Amino acid sequence: MIYALFADMAVADNGSRQGKVRLTKWYSPYTQKERSKVIRELSGVILTRGPKLCNFVEWRGYKVVYKRYASLYFCMCIDQEDNELEILEIIHHYVEILDRYFGSVCELDLIFNFHKAYYILDEILIAGELQESSKKTVARLIAAQDSLVETAKEQASSISNIIAQATK
Amino acid sequence: MAGTSIMETLFQRDLDDLIKGIRQQQIKESLFISKAIEEIRREIKSTDLPTKSAALRKLSYLSSLHGADMSFAAFHAVEVMSSPQFFYKKIGYHAVTQSFNDDTPVILLITNQLRKDLNSSNQFEVSLALECLSRIGNVDLARDLTPEVFTLLSSNAVRVCFKRLVENLESSEPVILSAVVGVFCELCLKDPRSYLPLAPEFYKILVDSKNNWLLIKVLKIFAKLATLEPRLAKRVVEPICEFMRRTEAKSLLFECIRTVLSSLSEYESAVKLAVVKVREFLVDDDPNLKYLGLQALSIIAPKHLWAVLENKDFVIKSLSDGDYNIKLESLRLLMSMVSESNVAEISRVLINYALKSDPEFCNQILGSILSTCCRNLYEVIVDFDWYASLLGEMVRIPHCQKGEEIEHQIIDIAMRVKDVRPALVHVCRNLLIDPALLGNPFLHRILSAAAWVSGEYVEFSRNPFELMEALLQPRTNLLLPSIRAVYVQSVFKVLIFCAHSYLLHKENISSVNTDNLASEVPESVFARMSCENSDLATSEAPASSEQHDSFNPRNINQSFGDLSIENGGDATVSNSQASTSASLGRNSFTHESIVNLFNIVELALGPLSRSHDVEIQERARNVLGFTDLIEQEILNPVVQGEENLARAETEASRVVKLMCDAFSEELGPVSTSAQDRVPVPDGLLLKENLADLETICGDIQLPLSSSFSLSSTPLGEAVDISRTNLQSKDETEPSHESTSLLAEHRKRHGLYYLASEKSEGASNDYPPANDPMSQDKLNDDAEDLLKLTEQSLAPKKKPNQAKPRPVVLKLDGDEISVAAKKPELKDDLLSGVVQDVLLGNDGVPSSSRSNRSENLSGKSKGKEKLSTDLSLETKENVPGEKMPDHVNTSSRRSKHRSHGKERRQKGQGKDGEEKEDNGQKEKRKSNHHRGKHKAHQRADEPLNVVAQTPVIPDFLL
Repeated sequence: MIYALFADMAVADNGSRQGKVRLTKWYSPYTQKERSKVIRELSGVILTRGPKLCNFVEWRGYKVVYKRYASLYFCMCIDQEDNELEILEIIHHYVEILDRYFGSVCELDLIFNFHKAYYILDEILIAGELQESSKKTVARLIAAQDSLVETAKEQASSISNIIAQATK
Repeated sequence: MAGTSIMETLFQRDLDDLIKGIRQQQIKESLFISKAIEEIRREIKSTDLPTKSAALRKLSYLSSLHGADMSFAAFHAVEVMSSPQFFYKKIGYHAVTQSFNDDTPVILLITNQLRKDLNSSNQFEVSLALECLSRIGNVDLARDLTPEVFTLLSSNAVRVCFKRLVENLESSEPVILSAVVGVFCELCLKDPRSYLPLAPEFYKILVDSKNNWLLIKVLKIFAKLATLEPRLAKRVVEPICEFMRRTEAKSLLFECIRTVLSSLSEYESAVKLAVVKVREFLVDDDPNLKYLGLQALSIIAPKHLWAVLENKDFVIKSLSDGDYNIKLESLRLLMSMVSESNVAEISRVLINYALKSDPEFCNQILGSILSTCCRNLYEVIVDFDWYASLLGEMVRIPHCQKGEEIEHQIIDIAMRVKDVRPALVHVCRNLLIDPALLGNPFLHRILSAAAWVSGEYVEFSRNPFELMEALLQPRTNLLLPSIRAVYVQSVFKVLIFCAHSYLLHKENISSVNTDNLASEVPESVFARMSCENSDLATSEAPASSEQHDSFNPRNINQSFGDLSIENGGDATVSNSQASTSASLGRNSFTHESIVNLFNIVELALGPLSRSHDVEIQERARNVLGFTDLIEQEILNPVVQGEENLARAETEASRVVKLMCDAFSEELGPVSTSAQDRVPVPDGLLLKENLADLETICGDIQLPLSSSFSLSSTPLGEAVDISRTNLQSKDETEPSHESTSLLAEHRKRHGLYYLASEKSEGASNDYPPANDPMSQDKLNDDAEDLLKLTEQSLAPKKKPNQAKPRPVVLKLDGDEISVAAKKPELKDDLLSGVVQDVLLGNDGVPSSSRSNRSENLSGKSKGKEKLSTDLSLETKENVPGEKMPDHVNTSSRRSKHRSHGKERRQKGQGKDGEEKEDNGQKEKRKSNHHRGKHKAHQRADEPLNVVAQTPVIPDFLL
């Protein structure tokens, strides 16, 4: 089972490699404090690792699988028994779908459309398990949701709706 | 008010606006947020639910992503949560889940709301409440709401759900299938046994599916199931091998390898194939595969060591890999290869390697060597002399930070292994004598162990004088007080040993055979000793030495009478001890050297007797008191006449001998469970309340100290004491008592012998004294490493075990509790329901259920355990009177189970629960009978998965 996923950015200026988290998803309960602690620790562990090393880190009895895409690291925290290669593939799978959706995804896409990144993630993973392995299906579902949102927005912004709410 | 409400509704910023505002960052983010929170504070007080909930929602957002405090909104969250409309309820629940904790005062207010929603007919409301409870549940909530949750659990929802799940295993829709398999994969990790009946379905997926994602999950399931059911393993091994041969996907391949290595290791051919594939991983350029290959090897290492040995070259090569993880993994593997025959070589290679690796990995290496070597009471070590020197070498590695561990092992082997002591003392001497090591705080603990060992086993020392100088060198003031105290104590031991040897030596020459007599008079001397000490404490040292000049003769007169009667049998111990050193004593223990020794001691410890640390002070004074006591006789033999001299010598040797005896008492390792094994005598009543212990202890201590402090009054009284003591020494008891007292004291203050901290970076300027490895120079290359281990790792037995392995003392408590962990019977309700669904087909629910209860009563232990476990849990959380409540819940549970079967109990209220409980039992009994009956009829049904062993039919055949 995947416990957590986050994507953070490595800022490599003046030697201090510090991550800024762009996306987190937790598949088991943690308090806010624990979360920030986990992120801080893992950033420290992962961002300091050089290139050409293996993509797995043991951390507190869990394993962390990470992969770097440009300046963005995707990390997943998994059980000891989980298959690391499978997780790597899931990360890649996710990135590919993002890429397909945004059209050569870049970090800005994730910053400004963070909610979509989450929606896509939710299509792929459920409770820390891979749910949908077809990229096409995910793309189709996301597109359907987008159109739903569009219609809802149009409705909500119509003036009659506002008046109806106000006089309720 | 209404107007403002409308206005607020109209112009309230909703969540989207808030997020947009933050992102636009027209003003500073923190400023924007604090503004927004002010706004929220105003809006949330609104009576209008939409406004309130929107505000709450914004607050939740700010709290989750920007860490805003939302405790002020706790009550509002409860209000929103209790709205009947799902939309608002959801917002409320979300806020509650996010912000409530045990300290939230209003958490008590939500109990009823939660209960209402848990009992709601709307399943979404139920799930909201459940999710909320799972996140914020505390003791009170759990106590109040457990019945509701149990009701939910035993409701048909779960049952139906599982049935669906099982049905879906045959689904053709890949998404559904993968979701279902995912669920079962997680479930199997928790409790594989319950899912054994589903093996045929999984097998079908394994054979038919082309989806690698799915296959990996199924393989994980089989890895769990195959260990439980050998026939299943036999069945799946072939397809898995097939996958290994033809699959392209590395992830699937790795999963196959792992499954084979962990669960199917009995199948030789499969393991062989897997090892071949592992080798492919190892030679791959991809560091990921390399790492996984190493990991796969470490899975198989305990069962098939040959697989590791076959790939040893890779393992050793990856010790010098750039990746810390890979290095670590290969280190682990290397340690798993260690055996009696190659431990020396591997350790040598690793220590060479540690010398040039970075501090972190260096300590990792040292740590793993230490832990491997001490495994199972040093079972891999034959040559302890070598091990002692290895420990010595480790200390000299610059980055060594394993002070605590090495300290522990030095003392441990010194106590457990008699034969190693000479070598160990030698190693310790080398450590102590090196002033450079004192500068490294990390090593102080090791030095404390070394000091202890060389003091305790000083008789093996080649040159006690040198040792004494080492113990007293000026740089010892760098040590912590606690370690310094150990040093001083060791000085004491060494001093006594030297004096003893000296006297013995002298006696041998003059062939005066009085030493046999001497050992019988401990108590008097002991008392006198302490007189001296307290004298020292109160008065100036020179004065005291004058005192005993006068009273000694008297004692001697007295003691002579007694002594002549006794034939010393006790002296044998010290005799034998002395004889070992006698030979070297002959040349080294000259009069001058002893005088010199005493001078050194007095010089070095003089300042310490005014130390601020009580432990050092006390011990230093002990030593000084001792020197004052005997130096007069030992050091000034010329002044007095022959007769006097002889007497004086006797007196001194008596004292020395006594102390020597006291210190020669062996301190053995004590098992941690030793205390438990002392049987409690009959009629012994242990008091619950030990408050009055203090007064008792005070009583005991008081007389002790007073009797000692008597001596602070000068001469006359002190003599009195010694006289009375002398009289009492007629009985043999006290003499032993004093030694045992001393031993006990040492035991009690054993803590002081070893304790402290560690720190960093040893200087390495001192050439290692007796290391066999200084010859082989530090090689820089992995190839060299490889060469070195080439021979050592070959699984041949080395014939050079000239000397047999020395005895290692064992204790019962040392037994390493390997005790195969029993797979816990996670016989919870969930898996119970799951079993129900899986085992009995729902067409015959009653029979399956009664079968289950038959199951339960058949192995009633498991069931009983479950319920006691539960009640224990609550007992811990809830004191006393809450217990019955819980019994109710558990009975309620069983009620629900049978409820579905025969709807008899509907009318019974809470008050009748006690009765109901009884009735329940009877019912269960009857179920039991019926169940048996049924089981007879349908003997082929696969019911008792747990109870009887392989009743599982050949699903796959």
